[in-house]
Amino acid sequence: MSVLVGADTKLVISGLTGREGTFHGMNNRRYGTDLVAGVTPGKGGQDVEGVPIFDTVHDAVAETGANTSMVFVPPRFAADSILEAADAGIELVVCITEGIPAHDMLRVYTHLRRGQTKLIGPNCPGVLSPGKANVGIIPAHFFSQGGVGLVSRSGTLTYQIGNELAGRGFGNSTIVGIGGDPIVGSSFIDVIAQFEDDPETELIVMCGEIGGDEEERTADYIAEHVSKPVVAYIAGFTAPPGKTMGHAGAIVSGSSGTAQAKAEALEAQGVRVGRTPTEVAEVAAELSGAAA
Amino acid sequence: MDLLEYQGKQLFRSHGVPTPDGRPAQTTEEAVEAGEELGYPVVVKAQVLIGGRGKAGGIKVANDREEAREHADAILGMDIRGFAVHELYIEKASQIAEEYYAAILLDRGAKQPMAMLSRMGGMDVEEIAERDPKAIARVHIDPLVGFQDFHGRRLAFEAGIAADVIRPVGAMLARLYDAFVGEDAMLVEVNPLLVTEAREVVALDAKVTVDANALYKHPETAQMRNSGGEDEQEQMAREHGLTYVKLDGNVGILGNGAGLVMSTLDVVAQAGGRPANFLDAGGGSRAEAIVDAVEVILSDPKVDAVLFNIFGGITRCDEVARGLVTAFGQIDVTVPFVVRLDGTNDQEGRQILADANLDGVHVEKTMLGAAARVVELAGDGETPSVTETGEHPAPVGAGTADTGAASQADVSGTDAAGAEAAGGGATPPEPTR
Ligand SMILES: Nc1ncnc2c1ncn2[C@@H]1O[C@H](COP(=O)(O)OP(=O)(O)O)[C@@H](O)[C@H]1O
Ligand SMILES: [Mg+2]
Repeated sequence: MSVLVGADTKLVISGLTGREGTFHGMNNRRYGTDLVAGVTPGKGGQDVEGVPIFDTVHDAVAETGANTSMVFVPPRFAADSILEAADAGIELVVCITEGIPAHDMLRVYTHLRRGQTKLIGPNCPGVLSPGKANVGIIPAHFFSQGGVGLVSRSGTLTYQIGNELAGRGFGNSTIVGIGGDPIVGSSFIDVIAQFEDDPETELIVMCGEIGGDEEERTADYIAEHVSKPVVAYIAGFTAPPGKTMGHAGAIVSGSSGTAQAKAEALEAQGVRVGRTPTEVAEVAAELSGAAA
Repeated sequence: MDLLEYQGKQLFRSHGVPTPDGRPAQTTEEAVEAGEELGYPVVVKAQVLIGGRGKAGGIKVANDREEAREHADAILGMDIRGFAVHELYIEKASQIAEEYYAAILLDRGAKQPMAMLSRMGGMDVEEIAERDPKAIARVHIDPLVGFQDFHGRRLAFEAGIAADVIRPVGAMLARLYDAFVGEDAMLVEVNPLLVTEAREVVALDAKVTVDANALYKHPETAQMRNSGGEDEQEQMAREHGLTYVKLDGNVGILGNGAGLVMSTLDVVAQAGGRPANFLDAGGGSRAEAIVDAVEVILSDPKVDAVLFNIFGGITRCDEVARGLVTAFGQIDVTVPFVVRLDGTNDQEGRQILADANLDGVHVEKTMLGAAARVVELAGDGETPSVTETGEHPAPVGAGTADTGAASQADVSGTDAAGAEAAGGGATPPEPTR
């Protein structure tokens, strides 16, 4: 088993006909993901390397039974594409797009939470279940199948930490990039709850960063609801207040959202926090040794 | 993106939020002219992207032409906590009966907008919270339903404002909410929200932060960008489309992906170094972007050594190496570089660097090894500060520059400003470009 994506995933990509969309969509297909459709309004009836293109997500779902959507369209069209996918009955939307206005996401988030559709992202690298499916832009060759569930607000930092873990012999059940925006569809808690229920996941690594208070909330959640060992990493100890550090959501506002506060909140709830990506892997090795 | 007071008030007026009549002015002459037009007394207000201007002497009442000239002269060019005053706002003076506080912001934790109201205006919100946490009334607003009259009543009754202004204050909050949504703002703050002696309700101050990602919807607001508070390197980086933040150390840093770059700053600090900057060259960094980035980093005279920390995903290490070689051909580089290339095409990248045999370029295999090396090469820098107690600067927000200059929107427990440009992060989401 894995979480979010796997052998049952039937993927439709909004924006498959664009250059980046084609590149990553085909990568996902080569990995073994069941890519069943693309959506580009006005290009219905065409195909991209044999993948049929539809004008609407509704058509794609009706014709192919797609259950997962990846959104790979420019920021000004992305909120609309997410809502379209939800309206068409898609179960999971993975939105890669960076730069969606926060108010758009606020409306999308509020609407989706009232229905059945899950959203991962936006501004995220996607979801990879090694050996099963890859939906997004995570370079799959760094990751092998295994017992670590990895959830992160950042892309490249995930690769770095995944690589450190691989160096110590760990593989992954699923890698989930939840995204670097202030409003994202799924939180650490949402994903960790799934890892807790996933029999393949033995250990959880969460990789947070400055801004907001999700890590603090997650600390409390872990203490109450999670039995599996959790190792955390927080980026941005050296970030000055009031400055956005690359991700729209990565900002220390006054005295809130600091890395220090997040690390302390996690440690106060008994979650081990690695001070460097390397130390995360060391702690993971220690904990999995203890659990075994 | 933060707006100046008068720019914020311009947006307020377009949404029907009442403000005193006023005119921006760039020179003493323009200030005096504005005073004549408005009629005295007027208030001469420094326009800088930081609060507490009143306390700093940046806000003065002028009762006649002479005083207007005097104050404008004194305030123009003044330095308010690191922000030079280049612009003034000349505003009709109001007769103050009460000063309240009002704000609407994006509450990230709740994932909803939140409106706040307090009787205790004039001081900043953290000060109010400290004196009397119950003095701030808060309500969350469902973004799909919007601000309703009852939200205004709840705030007004809970804040305990004067009975006769409950309706007009509620109406002002509703219009502020319109401005908040209509302008894609992350924060609108009115401090003070004024009740005049004639019992009129007006926004006397305006602090507005708009979402940089939404500027395409608001071309006029996009023109309002203020470079105040942005230094030379930050401006240069923005023009090149690079995500750069200036810090106060001597180790220049480049990486790909926001999270990895933040992490790189942290490990450099842990190794005893002081980062000079944050620079995210972005996912899929091309060679030209690397050349631009090297130029921006080296234009900071404090930089004594540079660390490249690349973990190639979409980014290809050979591209980065090629960019570095090109940069060395175009720029006179006099400081050492430490380069760590890992991930996609890392061997090719390292080979390119080995073949080019660049002077002063040191290749390291691991992130921690690279951090230790660059710190050693950078030395102490010229700052003789030895106030640190421990041998390593703790990896705390401590190693940072301008704590004193934190945004005036330090809204406790929330993120008032989570919106500044995110350009060039880990993903290239513009497939149609
Ligand atoms: N138009 C005005 N008429 C009368 N008093 C004013 C006016 N504008 C500002 N003031 C006074 O100056 C104080 C500070 O002004 P404000 O605009 O809030 O700047 P800051 O928050 O940067 O100090 C206000 O609390 C108010 O007492
Ligand atoms: Mg004020």
